[in-house]
Amino acid sequence: MRAYARYAFGRFLQFLLVVFIGINIAYIITHATPIDPVEHTVSVATAFGHTAPEAIESMRQSLRELYGLTGSPIEQYLNFWRRVLVADFGPSLSAFPSPVSTLIGRAIPWTVGLLGVATILTWIIGNLLGGLAGYYRRSRLLKGFGIVAMALHPMPYYIAAIILLIVFGYLWPILPISGGSQMNVARGWSSEYILSVARHSMLPLLSLLLVGLGGWFVGMRSLVSNVVTEDYVVYAELAGVSKRRILTAYVMRNAIAPQVTGLAISLGHVFSGALITERVFGYPGIGSLLVDGVHAGDYSLVLGVTTVSIVGVSLAVLVIDLIYPLIDPRVTVS
Amino acid sequence: MFVVLRDLLRYNGEFLAGILMTGVVVAMALLSFVSPYPPLDQFVAPMDVPPSAAHWFGTTSRGQDLFWLLTYSIRNTLAFGLLVAILSRILSLSIGLLAGYRGGWVDRVLMSINDTFIVIPLFPILVLFYFVMRDNMSWVMLAVLTALLGWSYDARLIRSVALSLRHREFTQTAVFSGMRTHEILSREHLPFVLPIVFSTSLNNMNWSIGLEVTLAVLGFTDINRPSVGGMIYWANQHSAVVAGVWWWIAFPVGLVVMLFIGLYLLAISMNEYIDPRSRLERGGGRKE
Repeated sequence: MRAYARYAFGRFLQFLLVVFIGINIAYIITHATPIDPVEHTVSVATAFGHTAPEAIESMRQSLRELYGLTGSPIEQYLNFWRRVLVADFGPSLSAFPSPVSTLIGRAIPWTVGLLGVATILTWIIGNLLGGLAGYYRRSRLLKGFGIVAMALHPMPYYIAAIILLIVFGYLWPILPISGGSQMNVARGWSSEYILSVARHSMLPLLSLLLVGLGGWFVGMRSLVSNVVTEDYVVYAELAGVSKRRILTAYVMRNAIAPQVTGLAISLGHVFSGALITERVFGYPGIGSLLVDGVHAGDYSLVLGVTTVSIVGVSLAVLVIDLIYPLIDPRVTVS
Repeated sequence: MFVVLRDLLRYNGEFLAGILMTGVVVAMALLSFVSPYPPLDQFVAPMDVPPSAAHWFGTTSRGQDLFWLLTYSIRNTLAFGLLVAILSRILSLSIGLLAGYRGGWVDRVLMSINDTFIVIPLFPILVLFYFVMRDNMSWVMLAVLTALLGWSYDARLIRSVALSLRHREFTQTAVFSGMRTHEILSREHLPFVLPIVFSTSLNNMNWSIGLEVTLAVLGFTDINRPSVGGMIYWANQHSAVVAGVWWWIAFPVGLVVMLFIGLYLLAISMNEYIDPRSRLERGGGRKE
């Protein structure tokens, strides 16, 4: 137990480091630009027609406060952190006066739901098929699947999504291509609403699945084909252990640990992909929120989504790290 | 070198397919130098012409010849990928080799930072960057930022190889003959990691080009510089699919998909070649 506590503490420190560096990158990007965002916004806002000088001045002042540009550099930096820690990014400019945190809070369940289901499904299906393909190397079906998965794997999420959009939107329109649920269905725990949400999430889910499967498949296949040649597997075969049991309890069990680490490593990438997929299918998660925020020039919204993403992804990685000893108990020993 | 190439072409179907696909894409990019149209000119061809003998890939709603526009786009896109790959190689090599060679607390600190960069989701950060820079953002700046954020995965791989070199005899010899750390790393250890550097850079190019295409499609790059993503952006702006101008989307997507698969096949076949066990399995054997 003490060993686990030490391990968990180490992972927690790593989590803090990720958040620290991530937020600092966001700070540097927003503060080290050669163009003054305030002057830029003011010049855009006052480009047409006449605006009173006092109005411009008060606008400039409130924008400076909003962008956190008041006070000395150290004060600005501390202020930035304070806003991140209490998750208060001020009111949204594009959806005034709703606070940014409300907008993000409304969008997060969609993203977490889609991303969570997609990641878990992709991981399980990819590893299962990859394990089978590594064990039954002669199977034609699995070989064929490997080729398809490999062709899909290097695709960026956007391209996969847009291909699905064209196929299911224009060529064979059987699934809804936009939105999170049907407009005229009341929200709630009714079966109709849940069904509508599920139907709308099919295409985003499918595109995440198609791109994601290949990586797990190929990784697990090569891991398993390495494990299969180990002495203890040969011994188990000679001792007459059933094939099924060898595959699950001897081979897959040992090959799965690196794949869990891989899941933690790939999470950031998958998250970025999910944001884009949401955008393509107009799914009401934080990916759509982010892109809309950029188009509307909504600084606090964009910054809010970025910091929430950094904290959210590193939190998910921390959770995977903390349950990792269940799969590979060795990490808590060394 | 030629023997290796011959072996790869003979025994590795993936390598052959990868070379062919990447070759077509690179040839396309090279054709841009003989393009009859300047890249930024519009309304130099009739609008919305389907693919035909005069305009092989058809023309856009902005009166551009799609084939020649695509040659410029793919050239710019490739240039972006190459620049990111080169810049991030410098970072991942120096950090990976140093962490592996020094070990101890240097390794621990560098790898903690490394793991941090692996976890941080890049897309929102790049979007934030675009948001702040707006029209002042050039593709070189985007490439530099992408490289700064995208070195970590390969650094870990390089470190794991360097770690095994650390206790080898030649390293000790080099230390005793008075070579300094950077000399050992660049002259003694670098040659050992070069094969994996090569295959990981191909994957890195794939990754960075994917990011650039995605950002460009959303309009978050310099949209007036022709790029594959930029073409899809403009096609979307003109609702090309709904208007029936399918070739405007299909050809850029097709070409870039070809590039992705080509580079990926090259990377995995190279990986296999580096790993002697799987090379033997193919029955290729080693001839050197």
